[in-house]
Amino acid sequence: MNYYAIKAIYRTEMARMMRTVVQSIVAPVLSTSLYFVIFGAAIGSQINEIDGVSYGAFIVPGLIMLSIMTESISNSSFAIYFPKFSGTIFELLSAPVSFVEVLLGYVGAAATKSIIIGGIILSTASFFVDINIAHPAIMLLFLVLISVSFSLFGFILGVWADGWEKLTIVPILVIMPLTFLGGTFYSISMLPPAWQTVSLFNPIVYLISGFRWSFYENADVAIGLSLAMVFGFLATCLVVVWWVFKTGYKLRA
Amino acid sequence: MQPVISINELTKTYAGGFQALKAVDLEINKGEIFGLLGPNGAGKTTLINIVCGIVTKTSGSVIIDGYDNEKDYRATRSRIGLVPQELPTETFETPYNVCRFSRGLFGKPPNPDHIEKVLKSLSLWDKKDEKMLMLSGGMKRRVLIAKALAHEPEVLFLDEPTAGVDVELRQDLWNVVRALRESGVTVILTTHYIEEAEQLADRVGVINRGEVILVEEKNKLMRELGKKELVLNLAERLDAIPPGFDGYRLELSEDGSELKYHYDTKGEHTGITALLGALHDAGIRFNDLNTSQSSLEEIFVELVNREA
Ligand SMILES: Nc1ncnc2c1ncn2[C@@H]1O[C@H](COP(=O)(O)OP(=O)(O)O)[C@@H](O)[C@H]1O
Ligand SMILES: [Mg+2]
Repeated sequence: MNYYAIKAIYRTEMARMMRTVVQSIVAPVLSTSLYFVIFGAAIGSQINEIDGVSYGAFIVPGLIMLSIMTESISNSSFAIYFPKFSGTIFELLSAPVSFVEVLLGYVGAAATKSIIIGGIILSTASFFVDINIAHPAIMLLFLVLISVSFSLFGFILGVWADGWEKLTIVPILVIMPLTFLGGTFYSISMLPPAWQTVSLFNPIVYLISGFRWSFYENADVAIGLSLAMVFGFLATCLVVVWWVFKTGYKLRA
Repeated sequence: MQPVISINELTKTYAGGFQALKAVDLEINKGEIFGLLGPNGAGKTTLINIVCGIVTKTSGSVIIDGYDNEKDYRATRSRIGLVPQELPTETFETPYNVCRFSRGLFGKPPNPDHIEKVLKSLSLWDKKDEKMLMLSGGMKRRVLIAKALAHEPEVLFLDEPTAGVDVELRQDLWNVVRALRESGVTVILTTHYIEEAEQLADRVGVINRGEVILVEEKNKLMRELGKKELVLNLAERLDAIPPGFDGYRLELSEDGSELKYHYDTKGEHTGITALLGALHDAGIRFNDLNTSQSSLEEIFVELVNREA
């Protein structure tokens, strides 16, 4: 294992974030606060409690998920797309590293950023509402696993994309709708039965539900199922990345 | 001599079906400067990129220091430094940081002294903390060379290092290359500036249309394939080459004051004696005569044309 390589990639990626600290940290915090004011305070005041939790508190886990999913994808897709686009990727391809080092460096850095952002949003939210976390360990587990797997997904997206359109269209056309329809701002049980069934085909429902369970112990689907879903997603992404490096797909001519 | 790189029957067919390399065999000796010459599109970059791991081969093998470049890629890649043909740079990074990054990426522990030495040898030290986007093209090229040297490679590939660079950088670069050879580093450079190979290389390989058509020690190559030219400064100008000299390949300069005679040093007899005799008989006198040897450039052009 080439530890120096992991360190080099991780350090450079984290430094990149610090250079764009406004874009990387301030922007998601600001947008989440806006969601919070609009959905939590303005609309939430019209809604009573959901499963015994105030609406403002109810949406906190969903907001965190929304941010870490989109941040993970955009950070790591950009991190690998840009070297590909500018040509500097030649160095990575000619370096004595396997996909393990590359992932630990790039995906590790992207996931770290997401986890930090998740933490910042959580503290921001605690200024607006009372938040109690029933299962902190599980909460952390979800936070880490989802950050890592969506960073992996972003990495795959960055490798696959051969233009800026593709890079931006997947988050907008696929991830955004799935996240919004995945119960960020509502409980699936509030939907008519037919739509509840449809929602169960949305993998993000399981992630948000599980994460919310770790806060308030109420969930749309069983917590075990949520965990299985997270691990399944993680494993799938890992296999795809392993295959990408093995075959050189879109990386090596 | 022990080859540091041994390439056997290497072929590459790109996804589109284009065969860029056709069964290339090539050995690079430890510590030499090897000049890989070839026209644009000959397959030089493809060959280098396969050795470095950027392009996957179709068949054949590449052995570096006894290690296979696919099976033991960690061993081979950590020994190699590459300066690519294009100038891709991390716009917002500084020369110092990218060098430190490269060293880590190639698995070497931090060594600020070495990075300082490399940056200084390329006259980059006073620019080490500037953003890359502030640097000129020549400076970027220097940074790429510094990056390639940051992990102390045993083998350095320079893919067209002086394409479009100024005279000063070219001189600096040649000095760096010579210093590297002194320290035992093997250098492989591709170029279509023949002058570069002529100045630097110990051995020269010529590649054309994906085939290595010749590998030879540079001096030997120039001796063997070199054409010589005899120039006679005439005492009286001529309007035309006199009749009776058709059998000689003669050329008259525009102003009629010089006669050029081309001959092959490989030939059984050069024909100089006969020519001089015939000139004497024709009453053509000359003040002076000179011989000159053709450059690698001319040899190269001839080789490539012969193939075509
Ligand atoms: N990625 C690629 N896909 C298809 N053809 C390529 C690719 N890269 C290079 N080629 C072709 O292979 C040939 C050799 O290219 P290259 O190795 O770059 O030559 P050189 O470096 O000697 O100029 C050229 O005809 C080029 O068009
Ligand atoms: Mg080339």
